[in-house]
Amino acid sequence: MIEFALSALIGLFFAVSIYLILSKAIIRMLLGITILGNGVNLLIFTLGRITREVPPIVPDGLLQPATTTANPLPQALILTAIVIGFALFTFLLVLGYRAYQELDADNTDNMRLAEPENAPRPPLSY
Amino acid sequence: MKTVIFRTIAPVLVAIMVVFSVFVLLRGHNEPGGGFIGGLIAASAVALYGIAVGVEEVRKALRVDPLAIAGFGVLLSSLSGLVSIAYQVPFLTGLWTIFHFENTEIAVSSPMFFDIGVYFAVLGTLAAVALALEEDEDQK
Amino acid sequence: MATTEETQAIMESLPPAMLEKATAAADWVIILPVAIALVCGALLLMLRNSRGTQAVFAALSVIAILVCEVDLFIRVLETGPQAMTMGNWLPPFGISFTVDMIGVLFAIGASFVTLVVIIYFQAEIVAREVRNGFYSLIMLLLAGVTGAFMTGDLFNLYVWFEVMLIASFGLLIIGGRKMQLDAAIKYGFLNFLATTFFLIGLGYLYGMLGTLNMADISLTAPNAPVGPITAVAALFLLAFGMKAAAFPVNAWLPASYHTPDPAISALFGGLLTKVGAYALLRTLLLLLPGSREVLDPVITGIAVFTLILAPLGALAQTNLRRAVGFLVIGGIGAVFAGLAVPSLRGVAGGTFYAFHSMLTMTALYLVAGLVERMTQATDTRFMGGVYQFNSPVSIMFILLVFAAAGLPPFLGFWPKLLIVEAGLGMQDWLIVSAVLINSLLTSIAGTRLWAHIFWRSGREGDEAEVFNDRLRPLTVIENRASLTAAVSLVAVIMVLGLWPNLIFESVRIAASDLLQPERYVSATGLEVTP
Repeated sequence: MIEFALSALIGLFFAVSIYLILSKAIIRMLLGITILGNGVNLLIFTLGRITREVPPIVPDGLLQPATTTANPLPQALILTAIVIGFALFTFLLVLGYRAYQELDADNTDNMRLAEPENAPRPPLSY
Repeated sequence: MKTVIFRTIAPVLVAIMVVFSVFVLLRGHNEPGGGFIGGLIAASAVALYGIAVGVEEVRKALRVDPLAIAGFGVLLSSLSGLVSIAYQVPFLTGLWTIFHFENTEIAVSSPMFFDIGVYFAVLGTLAAVALALEEDEDQK
Repeated sequence: MATTEETQAIMESLPPAMLEKATAAADWVIILPVAIALVCGALLLMLRNSRGTQAVFAALSVIAILVCEVDLFIRVLETGPQAMTMGNWLPPFGISFTVDMIGVLFAIGASFVTLVVIIYFQAEIVAREVRNGFYSLIMLLLAGVTGAFMTGDLFNLYVWFEVMLIASFGLLIIGGRKMQLDAAIKYGFLNFLATTFFLIGLGYLYGMLGTLNMADISLTAPNAPVGPITAVAALFLLAFGMKAAAFPVNAWLPASYHTPDPAISALFGGLLTKVGAYALLRTLLLLLPGSREVLDPVITGIAVFTLILAPLGALAQTNLRRAVGFLVIGGIGAVFAGLAVPSLRGVAGGTFYAFHSMLTMTALYLVAGLVERMTQATDTRFMGGVYQFNSPVSIMFILLVFAAAGLPPFLGFWPKLLIVEAGLGMQDWLIVSAVLINSLLTSIAGTRLWAHIFWRSGREGDEAEVFNDRLRPLTVIENRASLTAAVSLVAVIMVLGLWPNLIFESVRIAASDLLQPERYVSATGLEVTP
């Protein structure tokens, strides 16, 4: 039954994150991306089948686990995804902060340096 | 943040955190812990010290660039995978030797060096990020 | 404690999990390209602030990687795909590196392009820290790209995507101009979002099939329910389409590629989008071919729109490198066209086009960088008279435009020929006409750029007839490093265009291995069940 609760929670995470990513403020988009990452981690966790079992560790003196154990792979995947997501989050955070300082903009509408707003008309010759 | 109390207590706190991070790193093979979480604790120690005494002091105390520490970590991890070329097994195969010292067994393995590499990579990267963010605070 | 007999009995009742036979040292060429790139990148990161000849070290490492990859290429050509599973585990438990023809061909292209860009970069006048940061990041980028081309595990592919993403972030903001910050934010957010979509698809696929090994997926996917697995394929299409900058999710590319140093633009133009294209070919053809058929109308639509709209974007641009960025997107359209007509010829054409685009787009950016240095402008309206001033550069530019447009006998002609033949064979007139219109529009956009930059005597406006007097000749080092690098890359493109037999043979093998996964699966070490 816990799967239903977790699915609802994942849906909520996705909804919140999409709402935040659609915002114009960089810091909100950043929060949205982080929540999306957490939603995905929860998704992988749920998809790996939730069982109330013991950790997948083979006891001393045995060659295979004594009872059914939890699936270790989703946890490994999630840990990797958390590490990578965390690294990218810190990078984007520093980037956003620098942009706030140097461009004086937290609003993506004001960030038009790379793509000027009043771009020149295409050349008419030839 | 540079209050007298914080500045006095910070070195002690940082020392404890660094020792604890090494403990967490080394117990990580069979119990909860490991290179990533150890590196996080060590990096938070660096960040804490930066808040207490300022970024310049931390850079002096670290002696090397944090990103160089991260590079060392990646290097150590890759090399620990490459060791297995000599044993005719694929990349990243766990290799173990056990030393006997008095009555203690000391297990040395390539996964351990891999984990130490992860520790340094995480420590270096996060310390670099934390110091970069704190540096801006200092300039204000 | 179990007795010896009990232990024996348990051991025999379990299926084998570990590899028994020894791994020959020669098999290490499978992992060495990635390992060398990682070790070298890490070393360069450690020595970032020291003096010394880091460029030579980086170049030598790339040459070592190239040697490994050529050896691997010959082995794949002779005996078929090669595989190594990490940590001595048996597949599908361990992470496999499975190298087939498409992977090794793209990896060779990537390393070669990186080598050229390192040589080209020698003439850039930048601070030492920037220069050294460039080399370490470029090696990490190469590690990510090569790993993505060679891995045989879907989650590992995600990890290499992220390695590549982090390295490219660093390269994009190196130098730290305000425009680069702006571009890096857009590039960063959209690409991070794309990889998150990939991760969502990955999670669903694991939930359904319980495996992440590509060979294992290609075996188990046909038994899975069509609806959910097609949803996964659609997520992959969205994620890799974003990575490859296909219409309508291409916005990040023209917003960012023109901001960093030209050498870095060239590297991005050659490598990043091609990894997305490669992942599309891999997932939609090898892993989930059934879902590709369901998604066929979408893929055709994307291909047609990308092929036609991208060169129109290039026509409308006045910024030289942004215009080239639109030409890069047009090339991705051709790869999608190959995906939309998945006969042996069509897939071979798409693969060939991606390989061609890797070389040609890098060369176009390198030449654009030379032009920017000579004219000291980024806007084509303020350029002019370069033909009179430096004819070798102008000849290279026009040759590359023809190659990109796909006119015979240049490199871009052969893949488009294959795609058109495949389209005619399948009576897919939409794809055929879109490819041909793309060639026409790309030639118009490219020749128009050429006319503005090289043919016209002066700047746009009243001075158009007056010879442009603000041109600066290339310095000795620029001639020696940058021009040489660009000329040698263009020469390779020309030679491959005139003698394309080897590439034809390779992409034919690559396409047949993508369409019939038996060789790929058995190389990984799994049983092929009929």
